[in-house]
Amino acid sequence: MAPAAIELKGINKSFGAVHANRDIDIEIPKGTIHGIIGENGAGKSTLMSILYGFYQADSGEIFVDGKKTDIQTPNDAIAAGIGMVHQHFMLVENFTVLENIILGAEGSQLLNAGISRARSELHRLEQDYGLEVDPDAVVEELAVGLQQRVEILKALYRGAEILILDEPTGVLTPAEADHLFRILRMLKDEGKTVVLITHKLREIMAVTDNVSVMRQGTIVATRKTAATTVEELAELMVGRRVLLRVDKGEPNPAAVKLSVRNLTVKDSRGVTMVNDVSFDVRAGEIVGVAGVAGNGQSELIETIAGIRKAVSGTVMLDGKPIDVTGAADPGELRDRGLAHVPEDRHHVGLVLPFEENENAMLGYHDDPKFLNGPFLNIDAIRADAREKIQKYDIRPADCRLKTANFSGGNQQKIVLAREMEHDPGVLIVGQPTRGVDVGAIEFIHKQLIAMRDGGKAVLLVSVELDEVRSLSDRILVMFDGRLVGERGPDATEGELGLLMAGVEAREAAE
Amino acid sequence: MSTPYAKLPAWADYGLIPVINLFVAFAVAGLVVLLVGESPVQAATLLIKGAFGSGAGIGYTLYYATSFIFTGLAVAVAFHCGLFNIGGEGQAYVGGLGVAIVCLSFDSVFPWWVNFPLAILGSAAIGAFWAMIPAILQAKRGSHIVITTIMFNFIAASLMVYLLVGPLKPANSMAPQTRTFAQDAWLPKLGWVLELFGASIRSTPLNLSFVLALVMAVVVWVLIWRTKLGYEIRTYGFSPKAAKYAGVGEARIIVVTMMLSGALAGMMALNPVMGDQHRLQLDFVTGAGFVGIAVALMGRSHPAGIVPAAILFGMLYQGGAEISFVMPNISRDMIVIIQGLVILFAGALEHMFRPSLQAALASLSPKSMGMNATKREGA
Amino acid sequence: MDTLVQLLDAMVRVSVPLLLACLAGLYSERSGVFDIGLEGKMLAGAFAGAAAAAASGSAWIGLSAAILVAVFLALVHGFASITHRGNQIVSGVAINFIAAGSTIILGQAWFRQGGRTPSLAGDARFQTIELPGAAAVRDVPVLGPIYSEIISGHSILVYFAFFMVPFTWWALFRTRFGLRLRAVGENPAAVDTAGISVTWLRYRAVIITGILTGVAGAYLSVAQNAGFVKDMTAGKGFIALAALIFAKWKPVPAMFACLLFGFLEASSIRFQGMDWPLVGRVPVQLINALPFVLTVILLAGFIGRAVPPKAGGVAYVKER
Repeated sequence: MAPAAIELKGINKSFGAVHANRDIDIEIPKGTIHGIIGENGAGKSTLMSILYGFYQADSGEIFVDGKKTDIQTPNDAIAAGIGMVHQHFMLVENFTVLENIILGAEGSQLLNAGISRARSELHRLEQDYGLEVDPDAVVEELAVGLQQRVEILKALYRGAEILILDEPTGVLTPAEADHLFRILRMLKDEGKTVVLITHKLREIMAVTDNVSVMRQGTIVATRKTAATTVEELAELMVGRRVLLRVDKGEPNPAAVKLSVRNLTVKDSRGVTMVNDVSFDVRAGEIVGVAGVAGNGQSELIETIAGIRKAVSGTVMLDGKPIDVTGAADPGELRDRGLAHVPEDRHHVGLVLPFEENENAMLGYHDDPKFLNGPFLNIDAIRADAREKIQKYDIRPADCRLKTANFSGGNQQKIVLAREMEHDPGVLIVGQPTRGVDVGAIEFIHKQLIAMRDGGKAVLLVSVELDEVRSLSDRILVMFDGRLVGERGPDATEGELGLLMAGVEAREAAE
Repeated sequence: MSTPYAKLPAWADYGLIPVINLFVAFAVAGLVVLLVGESPVQAATLLIKGAFGSGAGIGYTLYYATSFIFTGLAVAVAFHCGLFNIGGEGQAYVGGLGVAIVCLSFDSVFPWWVNFPLAILGSAAIGAFWAMIPAILQAKRGSHIVITTIMFNFIAASLMVYLLVGPLKPANSMAPQTRTFAQDAWLPKLGWVLELFGASIRSTPLNLSFVLALVMAVVVWVLIWRTKLGYEIRTYGFSPKAAKYAGVGEARIIVVTMMLSGALAGMMALNPVMGDQHRLQLDFVTGAGFVGIAVALMGRSHPAGIVPAAILFGMLYQGGAEISFVMPNISRDMIVIIQGLVILFAGALEHMFRPSLQAALASLSPKSMGMNATKREGA
Repeated sequence: MDTLVQLLDAMVRVSVPLLLACLAGLYSERSGVFDIGLEGKMLAGAFAGAAAAAASGSAWIGLSAAILVAVFLALVHGFASITHRGNQIVSGVAINFIAAGSTIILGQAWFRQGGRTPSLAGDARFQTIELPGAAAVRDVPVLGPIYSEIISGHSILVYFAFFMVPFTWWALFRTRFGLRLRAVGENPAAVDTAGISVTWLRYRAVIITGILTGVAGAYLSVAQNAGFVKDMTAGKGFIALAALIFAKWKPVPAMFACLLFGFLEASSIRFQGMDWPLVGRVPVQLINALPFVLTVILLAGFIGRAVPPKAGGVAYVKER
């Protein structure tokens, strides 16, 4: 048998305290399309960056075509015939396609020779693989799908025999994605090896020969795609986590507090992130939004909270509109009783160099109780912070300590305490327990239930499926910017997993 | 993850690192002294004697320091908002116009204690206006504030030359300056305070604006750490995203902060114009706006650091003048070098010694490094 | 006609230091390293050039010294902003001050002429070059004076500066180095993943900046003038920066921007105190301020948009 195109043995990589890759062993046969699937943060991109020499593994060995290969820099990877298409394209936007392709592989000191060589080579690749693109077009003027094609051409131009694609379809339309898959199959037929990193099960089933599932930095299984099912992969990917028991009584949903209609949001590149989404949240219920990270949940809550602008749609808070397409302001929304625990507490929800008490009023610093005219009422601010520290058991119990010096769980409690204690009518919570220790998770969950029982409307977004299931009274599933289904709290993990993976609701029911 | 730099215990971060940086800056300055064939030790002795050895010396030292406190505070306020106001020089220059307008209009109308607050308002208003334009361009049109404030320094210089050789110059005079103000637009000197401490002085430029500078240092401290506005400024400076989340309007905070910064820089003009020269003349700022950058970096943008840093630079200015009598090779321009070195080592190369210091500390006492409390687990 | 020829001749002469400094800044900023220290490097170069030329009697040794010193300061800037990821603006400011102070201190210590260097004469100074046939065509109408007055009769550094314009264009758009330089200023991650060292590339750019500012300085003190006087750059480094922005970081427009700003300077000297029909007397200060005013208006986006290299001003840190 021919040696594997790539074999990784015992790869480990840590970033500070985060163990991103743990004892990874993987073998990728030559001439196959190999999928690597896992949730965001499972360590897929880190692993591939190690293979591409962008990071160095802390330990472990890499074999390319059976030969042990030392990959210290991208140059080594390129020399070993490895090419990579990054999730965020590594293109110089104001360069032409040709300039991008020859960058780093110019061939000589003067460009002319390299450019004409690239032009004819490009022509050949175009014909071999159907990778058509105007070589003289400026990259920033190309559609995203074409930009990705340039990335693929870049790798092929460098003679890549092994092509790694990191979440390649994230920015593509379904038609563009299908075209990409045709290209990948063609590459395979030419004897190239393709590694496809994705969190979308549909893609794995559609195009790969083998699939490895990653979870929390390790490879939990490798299967022949033909011999596995979407259900099995979904379960492997999400994992059988211990369901955290949360004691909660029956909900008493009352009046609609938050009403979202036909909300559409685009990001700065013009890609639609939230697509025509409508739902209500009532007082006294927790509505959970489940979904694999990157399917528009973040944009959804940021828009409702006034941080991001919508393209179209309406949002009503207590029956009165929020100007989501115009001048919605987080400060004004707070005054109207909308509290927001943002997903990114390090950069959005907290100012890490601030003292704890300064963060305990972030966003509420207009509250007269914190002020004496234009001056801060330091005593009141600190007293209030101490009160919250006590009530939420924030440790260390020091309101003068820099926020950066608190653990993740305690930082999150600082944010929660701040947002909950102002008695909001609506609470929007993003990833309430990301990077939070187990003890704090339980506490945070109890607080959220208490909010619900206190008659508040809670909108919860989490990529932790368990969390959504154990807390929510209703579960909305988001995929590719759309709401693809609504389920009750008794929905099974498998059922939700399929919805989250973009398998049509009808198929899932069958 | 978020910071690419090594973590150090607080005492090293706020105490040791700045001291090491300053020490290196002065050591390199010492090399320059050696290079021109003089003894750095003797130069330092002369410098300190010149600055503090006599009542007059102290008077001059504090007179220079007054200007630097204003400009240092101006730069610091902008730093707190994450903005680099390199235009203090120009803002101070046009600030002089505010002083001159008040003094020329009212010097024979009001007593000095009425003219003083009016001149404060005048200088602050024009300084603020001069900073406001780059701020609006940054906030609304995304023009890089560093470049625009530099451009505004030059525009200010041209404007002031135009005014001083033209409209503001008395008809019968050749010198590019306004007429001398009447005595009611002169700020009281503070020589008598120094005399209380036993110094004997014939004349000193030190004047009441020194007190104003100290008051402003307190005001800035209150502003930054004790007002809602200051809280918003710091929030934006640390994290524009968090500021947006907290409902702090980006354009408003940039423009307001820059206007405050410009107002402080503008007030610097009170010291030489109303306090010493008693007329508006060409180039009266003499680089004080730029010294403010070094002062703010050295004082780590805190008034408690800025005042001593300003006095240090005042000492260098005054002592430098004294040195040149004894050592003709060393003039006051030595200060410009030191200023540059301080900006280089305390600013741009701020983190140079961090990794080696961390390694040194770790090898000395592994425990002290474990002290950094980030790993403290609660809950 | 004579006035115009003289004016244009003066324009060429005063444009040269602007042009050299502007091209110098172009290399650095195209690589993603902002440089507001052009002024300081030019000043230090001017001093070193004049001092070495005075000591050796050779303009060429002066030029070499100017380049060496300016490159040294450029490396300091690189060390702070590339290696130590320091603030590029702060570093540039520091270099301006170090240069401003040390040229005066060293000048006074070494020459004792109040910050001046000794007057240069003969071979210690770059002499003007008469281009072939300049005398012969002098009397040809229109073209004659243009050739013999405006084009001919400058020092070699003038021709070097104007030669650098097409050369820079060629280097930027026709060589491997230029391709990589432009790429690293736009997206250093793309350069890094293509297997090219971001650090080394930026250092090379910064060194070129040093060389060109050194030449600019030498031109001021060893060619245009016969020695160094204190603060002789007088803001030219900043006007060059303005011209660079005005030219949107492109070499040929940079030349025209520098000629325009040079023309303003030349005419402000020439027409000082002259009365114009209709407008009356234009204050010379207005003309002096014009480059800065124009740049601000450009930056504000009112005449086209000046988009700096995307990665400019930011140290490159590999992202997680």
